[in-house]
Amino acid sequence: MKLSPDQTIFWQHGFITINLTIVTTWALMLVLIIAARLVTRKLKTDIHISRWQCFLEMIVTGINQQIKEVGLNKPEQYIGFIGTLFLFIGVANICIIFPGYTPPTASLSTTTALALCVFMAVPFFGISKSGLKGYLKSYLQPTFIMLPFNLISEISRTLALAVRLFGNIMSGGMIVAILLSISPFIFPIIMSALGLLTGTVQAYIFSILATVYITAAVHDSKKSSKTKSVTNK
Amino acid sequence: MDSTTLIAIASIITAGLTTGIGCMMPALGEGKSVSSALSSIAQQPDAAPTITRTLFVGLAMIESTAIYCFVVSMILIFANPFWNHIIATHK
Repeated sequence: MKLSPDQTIFWQHGFITINLTIVTTWALMLVLIIAARLVTRKLKTDIHISRWQCFLEMIVTGINQQIKEVGLNKPEQYIGFIGTLFLFIGVANICIIFPGYTPPTASLSTTTALALCVFMAVPFFGISKSGLKGYLKSYLQPTFIMLPFNLISEISRTLALAVRLFGNIMSGGMIVAILLSISPFIFPIIMSALGLLTGTVQAYIFSILATVYITAAVHDSKKSSKTKSVTNK
Repeated sequence: MDSTTLIAIASIITAGLTTGIGCMMPALGEGKSVSSALSSIAQQPDAAPTITRTLFVGLAMIESTAIYCFVVSMILIFANPFWNHIIATHK
């Protein structure tokens, strides 16, 4: 039994390996980019807009609203990162309705890459908001004793992000495969429908958790720089 | 009993125990959190979006422990490192 789509190898030459995960990921990226180009080619501000433009506007407005509700006041700065995460994971998980498709998120390498993106994005947004010093000070909150625990939480939440997405999607595919060998008629369809729900919820959870982490970094560093300015006065 | 049989027995029993206990405890925790979230939504329907979002994030945190157990038992069954080591040395 194949645990991940990494084990299906199309072409291999020394260090470079092209497996099913890479092929599916690039295909999804192409589909997303081409669809976005096609829809945004003829944007209108009329009363009558095309239905695809309406669809995209709904998605973008919804993501903006969610980011704002978590506590980031200017969602335009963050939707480029968080919205891309949500759209990629969501489309990758929803495409399991196509037969013969293995989601790239069922491989630990894809989810680790996504979690590493979040790991890098948190200090990026924190530093761009309040400078290097203000961000580094947020590690010393509330006292300097908490420094190792803050560092551990930074690493462990990245690990949890990666393993959570991988485990959910991989277990969905695995359950369908096991059920196919036991009762191959109706039951796998129900579990696939459940897999669609789980995939959407996981995409939502991944992007919401990324937003929560970025919000924590931005707010903490803002708070510490504010207290510093107060003490300076 | 040789060592391969011992490893097989230990891995299978541990995998079953891991998934069993690792499903029970997070299920209890998730049930508690969902029930309290539902009762607070019933008391304050205005706060429903905030409660739902916080509930989802909390559920994801609780559920990840169950997922860890699942991954460990999958490794024990399908990609057991000790088993692979024994197989490799016997050849």
